[in-house]
Amino acid sequence: MIYLKLLYGWIRQEIFAIPGRIIALTFFLFLFLGPFITQQPYFLRIIILTCIFGIYAMSWDVLSGFTGQLSLGHALFFGVAAYTVALLDIYLHWSPWLTIPIGGVLSVLSGLFVCLPALRLRGMYLGLVTLTFPIILTGILYIFSDVTGGELGLFGMRSLSSSITLAYYTVAIIFLISAYIMYKVTDAEDKFLRIGIILHAIREDEIAARSSGIRTNRYKFIAFAVSGFFAGVAGGLYTHFMRVTGPSTLELFFSFQVILWVIFGSTATIYGPVVGVFILYPVTEIISIFAWGEPIRQIIFALILILALFFMPEGISVWILDKLEVKCPRCKLINNFIRKKCRACRAELK
Amino acid sequence: MISDILVNGLIAGGMYAMLAVGFALIFSVAGIVNIAHTGFYMIAAFLIFIATKYLHQSLLLASLSGVLFTIILGIICFKVLFDRVKEHVNTVMIMSIALVILFQEVLLLIFGGSFQGMDPFFAGFVEILGTRATIQHLSALLVIGLVIIGLWLWLYKTRIGSAIRAVSQDTETANLMGINVSHISLLVMAVSVGLAGIAGAVMGPIYMISPVMWLQPIVIVLASVVLGGLGSIGGAVIGAFILGYVETLAVFLIPGGSFLGGAVSLCIMILVLLIRPEGLFGIFFEEERL
Repeated sequence: MIYLKLLYGWIRQEIFAIPGRIIALTFFLFLFLGPFITQQPYFLRIIILTCIFGIYAMSWDVLSGFTGQLSLGHALFFGVAAYTVALLDIYLHWSPWLTIPIGGVLSVLSGLFVCLPALRLRGMYLGLVTLTFPIILTGILYIFSDVTGGELGLFGMRSLSSSITLAYYTVAIIFLISAYIMYKVTDAEDKFLRIGIILHAIREDEIAARSSGIRTNRYKFIAFAVSGFFAGVAGGLYTHFMRVTGPSTLELFFSFQVILWVIFGSTATIYGPVVGVFILYPVTEIISIFAWGEPIRQIIFALILILALFFMPEGISVWILDKLEVKCPRCKLINNFIRKKCRACRAELK
Repeated sequence: MISDILVNGLIAGGMYAMLAVGFALIFSVAGIVNIAHTGFYMIAAFLIFIATKYLHQSLLLASLSGVLFTIILGIICFKVLFDRVKEHVNTVMIMSIALVILFQEVLLLIFGGSFQGMDPFFAGFVEILGTRATIQHLSALLVIGLVIIGLWLWLYKTRIGSAIRAVSQDTETANLMGINVSHISLLVMAVSVGLAGIAGAVMGPIYMISPVMWLQPIVIVLASVVLGGLGSIGGAVIGAFILGYVETLAVFLIPGGSFLGGAVSLCIMILVLLIRPEGLFGIFFEEERL
């Protein structure tokens, strides 16, 4: 009984007192109860794809948001894994549990290849160089079109699992695990894993980080590897779930789309990309249900984005949290916006 | 064969040069990575298409008004969209991506995804070095050459040109010296979009026009700007011609090369960057080098 009371107290202080965590809790509940709310395959499908793209968006954020290594060609990692998984499945008939990690590892290797020029470049240069790799790979795919299916791509892979509910939980759990790992890797306040704070240092001032004796190249490579691996996992899941892969996974637009999601959500936060994807992707998908919506969904997507950048250039999640949360000036505790005084030390808020 | 490559490479390089110069100008002066740059090229081509096909205007009038409207659209976009968020470099880039998606989708909605042809300015062809070159191609080259020379004279021989170069070298110092940076940015945006518009006007009749015609040139433009060195306008022109020739060579010499045209030129760009990370004509300050 006393433990229950303690638990209740902990939940009240740590979760219900902070608006951001209430939102996160609702989100988790929603994610886990998804199949109980609706059994319609169409909606479950949208949420599964949203989770997959959520992993992809977070991986972009690790590389470009946290480490500041602008990647305009993130579809490379997604596409490499998608094609690897598809080829392994079609020609060798390996199980998805084997092919998806292998796809991730191959994405890391392609990240190593991108690193060759990328470690020497910065800022816009780096972005423009990373932009080119998916295009080069697309050219190579077209040449070997008897193996890779050319413009049509590959299809007929095994599906992720027998029922859509099972696929839903598989993807949702992989999504949460990836989010946790990426959160830990990029967490600047983590005492054991020092990577997070170093990645922040590299973004803020690479020369200063170097002068402090940090081998920045090594950490940049780690960022490329982590980011590439998770983008690859997303690509593998996507291939097995959709049971089709094609050159569209390497398209320029697909690289740009992830940037749009993350910037809309907020960069350099792991929850930002999740918020961005979970708002933008379902909205554009649901619009396309309607007959009038299908041709204009990209227009609406672009308009939402332009308006969002106008009113919240920092991204929607930072904007909302700024409105909902107030940090106590004395004890640095986070309070909700209704309170006049801090909930712990009674200091006046503002 | 050789003369085919020479002539076609010159034309492709000329088009890329025209687009790359505009891109490099607005990047070096205002720091805007304008992914929508080739979107304006597409808009100009479509405006001319509308004016000639549906409004039955003469091609010359259509081209002039098309370029003019593109410039006005560019200025509106700059004032309304880019100017307000210019503190965040990445936000500006995202804004331009959103803008070009908007252009593409609106055009798709109106015209559909099919390729459309435009009437050429001039019919007929002449033989040069045993290669048939249409007069349209040659006049396009002439226009591009004149515009690039005119731009060079404007940038290097006039007062306003030196103001623009000053802003591109050091915005803050230029501002302290009494140059109105926001006016210069607006002017450069207009010129840059105007160059894209002229490229659309001369190239529209040569290539087919479609709502996705912005995608292929922007990649080569980005590559040639990086190859020449970001911010170097002469470098952008030379980079564009190099990539134009490389692409043409790939298309002519490698089997299945039409798929690989872009890929080969991007490989060349990466090779150059491995040896010279600052690009061919870029400047790196010693203390910034890693």
